[in-house]
Amino acid sequence: MIELSNISLNYHTIKGETEAIKDVSFDVYEGEFVGVIGPSGCGKSTLLSIIAGLLKPSNGSVIVNGKVGYMLQKDHLFEWRNIMQNVLLGLEIQNAVNENSIKNVEDLLERYGLSEFKYHYPNQISGGMRQRAALIRTLALKPDIMLLDEAFSALDYQTRLAISDEVWTILKNVKKTAVIVTHDISEAIAMCDRIVVLSKRPAVVKNIYEIHLTCDDRSPIGCRKAPEFKEYFNEIWKELDVHV
Amino acid sequence: MYEATQNISKEHVEFLKKVKRKEVAIKITQISILITFFALWEIAGRLKLIDPFLFSEPSRMIKTIINLSEDGSLFTHIWVTLSETLIGFALGTFSGIVIAILLWWSDFASKVAEPYLIVLNSLPKIALGPIFIVWMGNGEAPIITMGLAISLIVTIISLETGFKQVDEDKIKLLKTFGATKFQILTKCILPASIPTIMSAIKINMGLSWVGVITGEFLVSKAGLGYLIVYGGQVFKLDIVMTSVLILSILAALMYVLLVYIEKKIIKWQ
Ligand SMILES: Nc1ncnc2c1ncn2[C@@H]1O[C@H](COP(=O)(O)OP(=O)(O)O)[C@@H](O)[C@H]1O
Ligand SMILES: [Mg+2]
Repeated sequence: MIELSNISLNYHTIKGETEAIKDVSFDVYEGEFVGVIGPSGCGKSTLLSIIAGLLKPSNGSVIVNGKVGYMLQKDHLFEWRNIMQNVLLGLEIQNAVNENSIKNVEDLLERYGLSEFKYHYPNQISGGMRQRAALIRTLALKPDIMLLDEAFSALDYQTRLAISDEVWTILKNVKKTAVIVTHDISEAIAMCDRIVVLSKRPAVVKNIYEIHLTCDDRSPIGCRKAPEFKEYFNEIWKELDVHV
Repeated sequence: MYEATQNISKEHVEFLKKVKRKEVAIKITQISILITFFALWEIAGRLKLIDPFLFSEPSRMIKTIINLSEDGSLFTHIWVTLSETLIGFALGTFSGIVIAILLWWSDFASKVAEPYLIVLNSLPKIALGPIFIVWMGNGEAPIITMGLAISLIVTIISLETGFKQVDEDKIKLLKTFGATKFQILTKCILPASIPTIMSAIKINMGLSWVGVITGEFLVSKAGLGYLIVYGGQVFKLDIVMTSVLILSILAALMYVLLVYIEKKIIKWQ
């Protein structure tokens, strides 16, 4: 669904040129969850912006087959809009608010336990609910590919485990393809079928891991018990080569 | 909003009562200070501790109000000042918002305008008064222009800063939906800046009173500023004090009204 071939990107500012990404290539297949992991500032967000079409790469080619939905680090619900108005935001921008799309959004709110809070303002609901609202805002546009940019990192640890599990289940159920950027190794192993490890800036692909976990319950929380989990963790940890 | 539906514990009732009592005590003290102030003023005048000719006194001010309202001139003066202030305020605020939007829209224009805004901002706008009078004659126009000029530049500067402080990621989010620049403005920049706009409005209201009264000092045939200058020239301090009192009441009422409107608009807080 996504083909990245030899892409690179340089940022130009008055202070100079920043080589953010250098010669990155990998593919993402339909229904697959691909994790992207790398040291902070290495160009992960830049990579997602390229996939989403917000940035043009300086070099290389990007092929994306399907509609892209983006989830950012924070939920970025607009505090002056209630939940309903927030989840309709994307549709509103695309002039696609109509009976059908509203019905669809109402269904999503109902399914994910937010319909009671439709007319609440974002600061009246919990962090987990806010994240779910942000997910619905993205799903409302019926994307084929979800891009998650450290989407859970603003949440506290427990909420984060629960929400990443929930989002994973939702996205798998509706058979979306996903690219998940995170700096949390466990989260990447738990959620992804494949993990692309990037080097520090300029980002190049250091290695790609296929994740095969033997467990009955292939949900992010369930599969953490799998015997291979620790091995992957150690390997990726070494690969990232963290020095403090 | 959830607390209200729950059973309130005795301790909480006590707490609420305490808060309430304190509020009442504050209100009572505030009102007492006001009454005491006017009472002492009146007594000091009657006992000739202060010269009522120079300091006036509350009873004489009331008489002045009655005298001036009998021929309706008081209301004319109030209306003239109030309307000039509101028009100057509205024009200053509105054009300030429009210019700030244009500067947000065009980074080039914003950079070009920067030094001019800094200079104009530091210039005491009152110094422009005589120029406005020469240009526009001695009617209401130069006075309204003073009310406008005094708030225009601060509005532009504070709103432009406010617009730029809107979270970049909120804008990125809209871009992922494919938003146009105009949509980014209307869906995000403007609503996110409502608190900034409201505080600019409150400041502008105060500034416009200053601009208009100063304008009326320089040139006018009516208005509270005119009354103050006139009262000073003919040594009728009753008129001066009364006008100042009315002015402060008007300004306070306007402020309360704005705070009320702000509460209505910003309902998400
Ligand atoms: N708009 C920009 N202009 C200039 N440099 C940028 C810009 N955005 C990001 N960078 C730089 O590019 C590098 C990669 O950034 P980013 O993709 O946000 O990293 P990550 O998401 O992996 O933390 C960083 O060094 C950052 O400073
Ligand atoms: Mg990032």
